[in-house]
Amino acid sequence: MSEYTFNDPWWLILLKVLAIFVGLVLMTLFTIWWERRVVSRMQNRIGPNRVGPFGLLQSLMDGFKLGLKEEIIPKTAHLAVYWIAPVISATMAFLAFAVIPFGPMVSIFGVETPLQLTDFPVSVLYVLAIASIGIYGIVLAGWSSGSTYPLLGGLRSSAQMISYELAMSMSFVAVFLYAGTMSTSGIVAAQEPIWYAVILLPSFLIYVTAMVGETNRAPFDLPEAEGELVGGFHTEYSSLKFALFFLAEYINMVTVSALATTLFLGGWIAPWPLSLWDGANVGWWPLLWWFIKVQLFIFVFIWLRATLPRLRYDQFMRFGWKILIPASLVWIVVVATARVVRNEFSVTTQELLLVGGGLLIIIVVGSWVLQVRTERKEKALIEAAQQEIDKPFDPYAGGYPVPPLPGQEFTFTSRRARAASSTTVEGTATRTAVMPGGSAEPPVSGSTAPEEDTHG
Amino acid sequence: MTSTEPTTAEAVVFWVCAILSVTGGIGLILSRRAVHSALWVALTMISLAVLYIANAAPFLGMVQIIVYTGAVMMLFLFVLMVVGVDSSDSLVETLRGQRVAGILLAVGFGLLLAIGLGSALSGVPVVGLDGANGQYGGNVEGLARLLFSEYILAFEIVAGLLIVAALGALVLAHRERWQPRRTQREISQERTRTGVHPVPLPPPGVYARHNAVDTPALLPDGSVAEISVPGPLRARGDLRPVDTAAVAETAALASGEASYGPSKRPVADDPGTSPGEPS
Repeated sequence: MSEYTFNDPWWLILLKVLAIFVGLVLMTLFTIWWERRVVSRMQNRIGPNRVGPFGLLQSLMDGFKLGLKEEIIPKTAHLAVYWIAPVISATMAFLAFAVIPFGPMVSIFGVETPLQLTDFPVSVLYVLAIASIGIYGIVLAGWSSGSTYPLLGGLRSSAQMISYELAMSMSFVAVFLYAGTMSTSGIVAAQEPIWYAVILLPSFLIYVTAMVGETNRAPFDLPEAEGELVGGFHTEYSSLKFALFFLAEYINMVTVSALATTLFLGGWIAPWPLSLWDGANVGWWPLLWWFIKVQLFIFVFIWLRATLPRLRYDQFMRFGWKILIPASLVWIVVVATARVVRNEFSVTTQELLLVGGGLLIIIVVGSWVLQVRTERKEKALIEAAQQEIDKPFDPYAGGYPVPPLPGQEFTFTSRRARAASSTTVEGTATRTAVMPGGSAEPPVSGSTAPEEDTHG
Repeated sequence: MTSTEPTTAEAVVFWVCAILSVTGGIGLILSRRAVHSALWVALTMISLAVLYIANAAPFLGMVQIIVYTGAVMMLFLFVLMVVGVDSSDSLVETLRGQRVAGILLAVGFGLLLAIGLGSALSGVPVVGLDGANGQYGGNVEGLARLLFSEYILAFEIVAGLLIVAALGALVLAHRERWQPRRTQREISQERTRTGVHPVPLPPPGVYARHNAVDTPALLPDGSVAEISVPGPLRARGDLRPVDTAAVAETAALASGEASYGPSKRPVADDPGTSPGEPS
């Protein structure tokens, strides 16, 4: 399997593994500090500035403190699964970084090697696969805690990550079509003249949205919504196990940022004004460009957290399934069509854009007309239904016993009363019966009943 | 890797993954809890994926993990979690002759597998992985070529089947809506206009002696807020009686008649003042 590791000697592979591990841990410490400082600035505060220069060692000290805290394990926890869940989460977070290219060929102790641990023809799929195993950590943590809030958090996160992983992988398809490969280094190399963020802008936007959902970060941090679920899946975790989840969340942030850099911002390739300098894309300099690009994404994460309120869960799911996924599907069709037309017929970009724009206008106008018509039809249907509801409820409509329509009040007529009413006109006695969902008494306006909804 | 003899690394990978995947299979059958079974299956799937990757089929390995471990097993787990943590499966067999049928099916499947493998391994010329993958320039390209040329019909049929299944699920889950859906704006407007408490209710126990759900909160002026206790408890009359002495003390503190501090507080064993009276 040496073709996967660039024919590196074993000590170099080990060195790269170590560098990635240490680098990610340091990156996590740095990102926590960076996040706290930036959020503080955005909220007119100063943030941690006491431990070390500029407070840089604050997160290190917090990490020590977290590790030394007492560990509390609930009695109802399923111990084996409870133990393994944070391990899965953290391990998978580290693993995903194996295929990220940091730079071009460099010389390390006399060996020429690229700044990348491994690469295979499907490395982007590898990141997706690792991410999908990483979800297990969260789901199992929620399940094994033996407590309600973590279970709900675990449920939410599994639904969320499955939904957003779909949109995420679909945003990759356009990149694969353009690059002609699924290997990360190949995709970086294919972006030499222009970034995919520019020519595949919709894919880029979809990916950036999905990556926030995938990492459970605000405004999509529903699995750990503290107002609703205490801490979500990690409510019952403390000490080092909690630290592992914390570590995993921040590494995942770095991973998706690194993947975004690789797929859409040209990876380690120097951006425009820098690329005029010949030495920008050789040696160790590209590592710096890569780092700056990744930090840009992390800044966006922090910015979002400081700015946006959390979405409601149903709004969030609707956004994923009804906007992001259809939009990416349509975009894939557009990209694939454009590619085929460019390959099969001799058309210029201008002609392609003109025809595409014309088609777009027709589709937009057509769908608008269609929507207006369907809305009109629906309105008529609803009005007809409302008229049906407004009629008094007849429990023997058409001669058969029928249930009330939604919105109709069920009135119970006793047999004796009906028998009496068939003989004497005055004897009609109806009484309202207690139905599940409908109150027997006439509703008292502004009574205690609706207040239950606002509890908590 | 043109020679048919496996290298040491391959042998190590094979033995580790083979043992893990068989362990997963056995664990699936022996586990009492459905979630543990699901985890064992996930282990088997991941081990198999590693074997695929080691055998120069990286695409298959990755798709195995993404589709089976990441989506299918996750869906299973999802359902198990909805069902509940502590619900155990009933082990009473309801189907008559289930075991015999199961054994027969297993034997038949084993035979099929043996015959299939035997015929595949005997009469086919071995070209090696590089030969098979190199024909179209790589494993992914080779798979794509086969899927979209020779097996296009099967591919399309499977795609159609999946779409039908998805539509079926949609139809089954569809609920007829009789009235237009109320938006969040309409709900909030209604709540404001009907004059009920428009914001979250005070939580129980606030400013009171006990922090329990059946203890009504005391408002800052010392009055009792009964709405802070959940409706069912109120309906049952399960309200904890309010400590009126504490209420009076709070009211006195709020109005400025009394102030905090040990010297001003009533002495408990003083017969002249009743405990709790503001001094």
